[in-house]
Amino acid sequence: MTAAPQTAAADTDPRDVLSIAREQVLERGEGLSEEQVLRVLQLPEDRLEELLALAHEVRMRWCGPEVEVEGIVSLKTGGCPEDCHFCSQSGQFPSPVRSAWLDIPGLVRAAKQTAATGATEFCIVAAVRGPDKRLLSQVRSGIEAIRAEPETSDINIACSLGMLTQDQVDELADMGVHRYNHNLETAKSHFPEVVTTHSWEERWDTLRMVRDAGMEVCCGGIIGMGETLAQRAEFAVQLAALEPDEVPLNFLIPNPGTPYENYPVVEGVEALRTVAAFRLALPRTILRFAGGRELTFGDLGAKQGMLGGINAIIVGNYLTNLGRPAVQDLEMLDELSMPIKALNQTL
Amino acid sequence: MDEFCGWCGKSTGEGEHGACASRLGLVDPPRFCSACARRMVVQVTPAGWSARCSRHGESTSEQATD
Ligand code: SF4
Ligand SMILES: [Zn+2]
Ligand SMILES: [Zn+2]
Repeated sequence: MTAAPQTAAADTDPRDVLSIAREQVLERGEGLSEEQVLRVLQLPEDRLEELLALAHEVRMRWCGPEVEVEGIVSLKTGGCPEDCHFCSQSGQFPSPVRSAWLDIPGLVRAAKQTAATGATEFCIVAAVRGPDKRLLSQVRSGIEAIRAEPETSDINIACSLGMLTQDQVDELADMGVHRYNHNLETAKSHFPEVVTTHSWEERWDTLRMVRDAGMEVCCGGIIGMGETLAQRAEFAVQLAALEPDEVPLNFLIPNPGTPYENYPVVEGVEALRTVAAFRLALPRTILRFAGGRELTFGDLGAKQGMLGGINAIIVGNYLTNLGRPAVQDLEMLDELSMPIKALNQTL
Repeated sequence: MDEFCGWCGKSTGEGEHGACASRLGLVDPPRFCSACARRMVVQVTPAGWSARCSRHGESTSEQATD
């Protein structure tokens, strides 16, 4: 490629990645390539505002102003046999998190707490390699109990129960689970550094079966696990290839006892750049702020993220970590004049 | 005054617990009993948490914010 004249304005410079993104992503709805995402991740801080504004335009154009609000709860906490190095629930590390099971009345209460925020999504999560019979029957009873309560009878129920067999996929689809979460967590090239007890490909297989069974696919990961910028770009396009309905973006919470306990928290500017870059790689997906934003951004950055490509949030607490109170996020959305996606829009 | 730090489980009379306190206020429920430092069984839910020590019983987010 020949160099453009020095005098060319940034928005007409064919080499400028944001000009390319404006035409390719905003106008045509085509996500950025790996090489282009990397260039976005390498943009200097003085281009951040411009980047976030473009990511916001892309989100408004291809997803609209609605924000999808979700609550999550841990049905089975801790004691997981896998060794995901970021995870406080792995039984392989000296984490202070102890095993716990939530009973059905507790699960229903959690669903009601979620519905009370106006959320349309409630995700039931278990710390397991994959579900066994006991867990699946608990999930089935839980879903029936949630459906039996007027406040939660029509909330969308998602599950995150690890890797699945085809029979288990079919069973969950039969229970009316509308979306299944299973994170690839990080780039394929970085995954073996993060997890040694199963492979990226095994996770991918579960996601493919979920899609084929007609459930929505929710698949994201965690930023800040020692991956390079190039690996972040790799991850973004690997997710794009999956065409997930939702991508939850987490920022590492260095949890005590885990191999990553002393990793630095992702810096706010870097996190915002990552959010925007993922939006430019995934123009149509539901891009959700998930765990870690409280440590990474504080209150201010959450708003910037909402104006930088994010169109979904987890409100309230997470699985083993706390979030900020749901009311703070709902007030923020109100202030930003971003309507909460209603149930009939998701049907 | 709590005898043990809910975040790291060490004696509050020894060492520095400022970082522990800021994690507790922001992203973590207590994991250690403040009376005996046992690891507690903690359940986080969308709107709160509860923590149970086998010796000292249950505490919840509601009590903690009272
Ligand atoms: S499989 Fe899930 S719960 Fe288990 S260690 Fe990995 S991330 Fe944690
Ligand atoms: Zn401490
Ligand atoms: Zn105790």
